[in-house]
Amino acid sequence: MKFLYLVWCNLKRKKLRTTLTLLSIVVAFVLFALLAALKLALVGGVELADANRLLVMHRVSFLQLLPQSYLARMAKIPGVAAVSHQTWFGGIYQDSKNPLATFPVDPELYLAMTPEISLPEDQKQAWLKTRTGAIIGRSLADRYKWKIGDRVPLKSPIWQNNSVGAWEFDIVGIYDGTKKNADTTGFLFRYDYFDEARLGGTGQVGWYQVRVDDPKRATQVAAAIDEEFANSPAETKAQTEGAMFQGFASQLGNIAKIVTSILAAVFFTILLVAGNTMAQSVRERTQELGVLKAIGFSNELVLGVVLGESLVITVLGGLIGLSLGWLMVTGIGQVGAIKQYLPIFFIPTRDLFIGAGLTVVLGFVTGILPAIQAMRLQLAEALRREG
Amino acid sequence: MNWLSQIISVTWFGISTIPQRKGSAAAAAIGIAGVVAVFVGVLSIAQGFRRAVTSSGRDDIAVVMREGANNEMSSGVSREEARLIKDAPGVTRENGVPVASAELFVIIDVPKRSTGTDANVPFRGVEPGASAVRGDVKIVEGRMFERGRNEVIAGVSAAREFAGLEVGNTLKFGKTEWQVVGLFSAGGGMGESELWTDTTVLQAAYQRGDSFQSVYARLETPGKFQEFKDSLTSNPQLKVKVVRQTEFYSEQASLTTDFITSIGTVIALMMALGALLGAINTMYNAVGSRSREIATLRALGFGAAPVVCSVLMESLVLALAGGVIGALGAYLAFNGYSAATMNFQTFSQIAFAFAVTPQLLLNAIILSAMIGLFGGLFPAIRAARLPIATALREP
Repeated sequence: MKFLYLVWCNLKRKKLRTTLTLLSIVVAFVLFALLAALKLALVGGVELADANRLLVMHRVSFLQLLPQSYLARMAKIPGVAAVSHQTWFGGIYQDSKNPLATFPVDPELYLAMTPEISLPEDQKQAWLKTRTGAIIGRSLADRYKWKIGDRVPLKSPIWQNNSVGAWEFDIVGIYDGTKKNADTTGFLFRYDYFDEARLGGTGQVGWYQVRVDDPKRATQVAAAIDEEFANSPAETKAQTEGAMFQGFASQLGNIAKIVTSILAAVFFTILLVAGNTMAQSVRERTQELGVLKAIGFSNELVLGVVLGESLVITVLGGLIGLSLGWLMVTGIGQVGAIKQYLPIFFIPTRDLFIGAGLTVVLGFVTGILPAIQAMRLQLAEALRREG
Repeated sequence: MNWLSQIISVTWFGISTIPQRKGSAAAAAIGIAGVVAVFVGVLSIAQGFRRAVTSSGRDDIAVVMREGANNEMSSGVSREEARLIKDAPGVTRENGVPVASAELFVIIDVPKRSTGTDANVPFRGVEPGASAVRGDVKIVEGRMFERGRNEVIAGVSAAREFAGLEVGNTLKFGKTEWQVVGLFSAGGGMGESELWTDTTVLQAAYQRGDSFQSVYARLETPGKFQEFKDSLTSNPQLKVKVVRQTEFYSEQASLTTDFITSIGTVIALMMALGALLGAINTMYNAVGSRSREIATLRALGFGAAPVVCSVLMESLVLALAGGVIGALGAYLAFNGYSAATMNFQTFSQIAFAFAVTPQLLLNAIILSAMIGLFGGLFPAIRAARLPIATALREP
């Protein structure tokens, strides 16, 4: 511990330099945190995917519809525990710049399929009783200040209804996420109401969600589903949620690679700057290090003291940076516009640990050369040298 | 000695001592180069994407969709409506036939060459007028598709990014087989990311009956747009939205470009802050190691201003050197780099090339100059305020 005090005193000697180096490391780790959250936001579904769930879409593209009659046939396939369906509605509230995540679903099947949302029992009952009822996610409710009992008119550029004008929905429930950071921007309403009122497309749904008994057999079940509908007018493509999100993310381009290259550039830059400062401060203290050796500090101890300085700076700076980044991400995630496009926006715990590990690595890499230099100092020469 | 020549000589003296501090000077310059390279690299993605989407838009092409539709995918136009649109005033006619094309836009899954994973590729059904409307469509390999047959032509960017789009190849989407018979270019624009076939064939294959999703019409002159638009919007038989192709394209690109640009700017600014701190450190060190020199100059009668200038210039030179290295490096590494990403507006793929524009390079140099100036400011002030007597005595 007494050596830590020595390290601390050395750092305090050039306060300005230490502060500047510390701040540049803080900046690097704030960026690390922000990029980690961004990466998750773009490829994120993958981490939140439910290994027990499959998505079944039209083989040709996700825009093609599938017959609703597939539900019963899918439910009979061995290994399938439950089935539900959704359809892309593309609902617009007031301004076409505000598309909402609107889906017609079968209430009971949907709630059984989706344990990541929780809806109070009385609201569930109200939804089952109200044909025009809709349930909305907490963050969507906050955004438009909608509450239970409100009547909301939505337009859909895709689906026209048989009465003139907009689709009208009664909000009967507001759901929350059961996991932290779950996506609660959804607007879900009843398929039976939708199917009866729409012009065209009757009896067809967008895609199916299938829960399997055993996640280890998910791929076999997916193959069985595709086989069931092979050579029919609407062939299917069944895949696990993870594979689906992965495929979606890879459509954006190689996000992970881009983010990693940016981080590499950031750390390379910081490494140069911090390493340079450390080297400078060792050079200035040559004589002093000579004195330390003269009074009996071993070579290893001198190495440790110099390395300790750089470790203190990077670990301290890194932890401050990660905390600041965490605060910023939490703040940004609350902004309505961000929430709409990037509903999942937080720093995965794993990345926080990686970041913490990196602070140590960075400290070691920047400090090791000056430290070795200090260790190898010849006592007599060091004492003779000025400044 | 006058003031100006003092500045010049002291500045030159300062800059000529940079080689003595090679290590720290290089670290600062390379640090700034890193920042600039990331800045240019990320923003070149946005520029390239915007260029791919908007470059081929023309002012004399009107795009007509259903009222309320943001893109072709969510639009719908019946044959009767399409006929009314084509016959509206303002549309160019060749031999009495309007130069217009009623089109169908669907999305199909084609594997990406780079990853092998499926991507959403736009598949467009066009009428014979489509090439004449756009004016820049050229078959570069093979031939045009024949009407009524399951034949497709692929845009050159699509053929480059996605697997299996070679002339002579057969593609199977659903139960229908399609023969790739040609490749086309479309002036570097969005069309090059698409596959084209005959509308009627696509209608049949996708059970779209007799409906389309948009009508593209070539106007006699760009000035005729208002007349054309007014006649359609005032027609009680139609409920349509009429936009110029240029507007339509920039609207299509805005979401993705704004997204990349704002993220790129935030990252670059944060990195710039980091580099700025590094530059300040380097310049303080430079001033520190030269304090005796500076004090000697002051003792000889040089003013504070030349000293400030010299430190600022030194920092600026280092930063600009870094900026130029970074910008050139980014230009060499990224310009023309081809990629494909998802257009959030239509959920379909657009192939594009990273574009390092002159404006971007200029902004990069400006950014590095700012880092240099701000990085040198406080160290320069310290240099000017050095107490001469103490500094002279320093080792």
